[in-house]
Amino acid sequence: MDVSEKLAILADAAKYDASCASSGAKSTRAGSKLGSTEGMGICHSYTPDGRCISLLKLLLTNYCIYDCQYCVNRISSDTPRARFTVEEVVRLTIDFYKRNYIEGLFLSSGIIQNSDYTMQQLIAVAKQLRTVHQFGGYIHLKTIPNAAQELINEAGLWADRLSVNIELPTAADLRTLAPEKKQPQIVESMNGIKLKITEQRQEKAAGFQTPRFAPAGQSTQMIVGATATPDLEILKTAASLYDGPRLRRVYYSAYSPIPHADARLPGKSPSLVREHRLYQADWLLRFYGFTADEIVAEADHNLSLEIDPKTAWALANRHRFPVDVNTAPREELLRIPGVGVRNVARILQIRVHQRLRVADLKSLRVAWNRAAPFVVTADHNPALQVLDKQDLRTRLQPPATQLLLFDLTASSLSGEL
Amino acid sequence: MHWIPVDHFQQWREAARRLITAAVPPEEINWISGGQPNLFGSEGDAAERAALESAAAEPPAPAFTVPSQFIELARHVACHRDPNRWELLYRALWRLKHAEPYLLEIVTDSDVRRLMLMQKAVTRDLHKMKAFVRFRQAVLGDEEVFIAWHRPDHRVVRLAAPFFARRFNGMNWSILTPDESVSWDQHQLHYGPGATVADAPDSDALENLWRTYYASIFNPARVKVAAMKRELPVRHWPTLPETSLIPELLRTAHSRMDQMIESKSGFEQTAAAFLPPKVDLPSLRQAAGVCTACDLYRDATQAVFGEGPPQAQIVLVGEQPGDREDLEGHPFVGPAGVLLDEALQAAGVPREDVYITNVVKHFKFTLRGKRRLHQKPNAREISACRPWLEAELGVIKPKMLVCLGATAAQALLGRNFRITQQRGQIIASDWCSRTLATWHPAAILRMPDPARREEMNAQLVSDLAQVH
Repeated sequence: MDVSEKLAILADAAKYDASCASSGAKSTRAGSKLGSTEGMGICHSYTPDGRCISLLKLLLTNYCIYDCQYCVNRISSDTPRARFTVEEVVRLTIDFYKRNYIEGLFLSSGIIQNSDYTMQQLIAVAKQLRTVHQFGGYIHLKTIPNAAQELINEAGLWADRLSVNIELPTAADLRTLAPEKKQPQIVESMNGIKLKITEQRQEKAAGFQTPRFAPAGQSTQMIVGATATPDLEILKTAASLYDGPRLRRVYYSAYSPIPHADARLPGKSPSLVREHRLYQADWLLRFYGFTADEIVAEADHNLSLEIDPKTAWALANRHRFPVDVNTAPREELLRIPGVGVRNVARILQIRVHQRLRVADLKSLRVAWNRAAPFVVTADHNPALQVLDKQDLRTRLQPPATQLLLFDLTASSLSGEL
Repeated sequence: MHWIPVDHFQQWREAARRLITAAVPPEEINWISGGQPNLFGSEGDAAERAALESAAAEPPAPAFTVPSQFIELARHVACHRDPNRWELLYRALWRLKHAEPYLLEIVTDSDVRRLMLMQKAVTRDLHKMKAFVRFRQAVLGDEEVFIAWHRPDHRVVRLAAPFFARRFNGMNWSILTPDESVSWDQHQLHYGPGATVADAPDSDALENLWRTYYASIFNPARVKVAAMKRELPVRHWPTLPETSLIPELLRTAHSRMDQMIESKSGFEQTAAAFLPPKVDLPSLRQAAGVCTACDLYRDATQAVFGEGPPQAQIVLVGEQPGDREDLEGHPFVGPAGVLLDEALQAAGVPREDVYITNVVKHFKFTLRGKRRLHQKPNAREISACRPWLEAELGVIKPKMLVCLGATAAQALLGRNFRITQQRGQIIASDWCSRTLATWHPAAILRMPDPARREEMNAQLVSDLAQVH
């Protein structure tokens, strides 16, 4: 099997990993000859699924001794298998990087022989890139579940980011679909990484020369829609990971129907709208000061698909509105539907010098349709009178067609762009 | 009226500094962009223009301060192709110096907004240049060089070049654009005139591999063309090798997804599909007799289910039935069974108090002549058979669970269990708070070294003695 055939199989197998971020490493490693990391990642291309290609996302091998039901590479799947050598992955990364196709490498693997052996192979790739080729580009290594902590610690020396997949939102989900992975062990690995990161920071702050350890922090991925777990539980798990092991990101991946899936799994993918709503809610958790319990207001503990979570929250808490953009504190501004973090900062900046009017908010590109019923401005805001109307929800709801994925059916049937 | 020719940021900066110091209001200046004759340019007073141009050669006017944010803004806006940029910048500067020092914070102001939009367009174009430049390898003499052809929307080459120098520090490279070109010789950046697509190599051997990657990483189950086009504007497609695949990927996406969903029917099942409605040992045994969850039933004589009293306190789990067990239909009746009986006796555990079973219920073997040689079950077979073992343990709820050998230990204690290191330790498992693993009697029988065999046997006995 030549490299091209292996690449087709092992990139295909890696496409279920949602993360593609290449951000977070603020400075390039000293002594690098090829490659840089300057904080912000770059998306070098986009595929027709709307996702960016930033890192070369590969599996070292898709052979696996585990049998996680949601995974296409589980042992009981008859998917075609391949295995790269360490040198092949290194070569591909360097060749692609030199042509500016990629920001770096995101390497994961099915488990062969045992967790430690597999982890050692991943480390070998990263180490060779750093030490033989003086590669300074971004490296994201996915740690192998149950690998020894010493190995994870070594991986952190060569990688910019480490991730441990939480896989499914609850421990019970894992027991059903991935009996060999245990949530306590997964969280323990995350805490181990956090400990090393803090240790390194403290030593550096104290003036010691310490080697870099995962400067871009750690992230995780959760598959959504493979079990019946509601959004509330999903967001609670995410919140606990942001608070505990201090993850930079939790990625939500709408479960994709995979070839030869288990009967316990739904044959249809959950709507991408749900995934989108979860990401919106996730931002509310991280940047807007919301808690998981607040965000999910619906009786069935799921986010509304028709309306974004911030508007849904505002509708359920109308007594907290209207908010005066010229006097309200930052925390209250952040809760206005249609006003983002950056616009809140701008509003605070502008109102020192002049009072804001409706026209100002519109020129800031506030999503005025959504914000109007909830804000008081310096001039008259006629939309405010609908705040108490029964049908406010329907008024704020975008027409249904925008949310459905007609994009898919239309374009893929006609092939038309 | 002042006529000021200006081509790039530095020129504008020097002229603006002088004009502000001389208190020349914005309305009295006509900025002339290089190469683009101004509407009134030909009618301008040649003498005045000459005078002003010579003024441009004068020593720079005394410095004054502006917010550093403005310099950053001006540096970007200067690269924009909008011919009004110089005028707009000067007006903003004038207002900053005349009673509106906080102007830049009022982003709703119409001048500030226009400047910010220009800055945003340039920043985005700069970012896209960093993303979409595609180098092609060429060999000049015995040197390897990388050459790219790129068409930016604005004149961002000089803003972008230092980034490429840092990133591709150890390479010789050139980026060609219609306005300007730049190369790096591993020491210094060199700027040159604009170029055409014909000046760059027309292919690179790696591009097919890159297209393979692009096609494989695309997930046909989710198609979002609008999102792609927003970030990958169609005008950049001609310089990106991977975009030639897009129409074909979209055309086949739908059928590929249907295929993915349909192929679900071919999934290999587990014994869960064969579990009887009534869960007790006799019903389970009967149901297991016709299990076809994996292929082992084809060559085996019969399923060998666990045996022992339903109220047993101790459950022993082996790997799978052997040759004799397969023929007789009872677990542990062959040579390994004999050894196990002796060990149980030595440990003082009556076999009648013990329920004995295996992880896999059918015999797996390879034929060597007439002999059927034991073969280890693979993880697929273990997982297919697992529901039987789980059902047995669920019915009996043992006080003590003993795994005989690595297969049983890893099935019940996790894949990373190492029998050589953790043998004889009492651990909690999902099925029993007191679970221990010890040698499989067959492993002892296969041990060639007699001293080691003796030692393992003693360990088996002492481990079993812990079950009381």
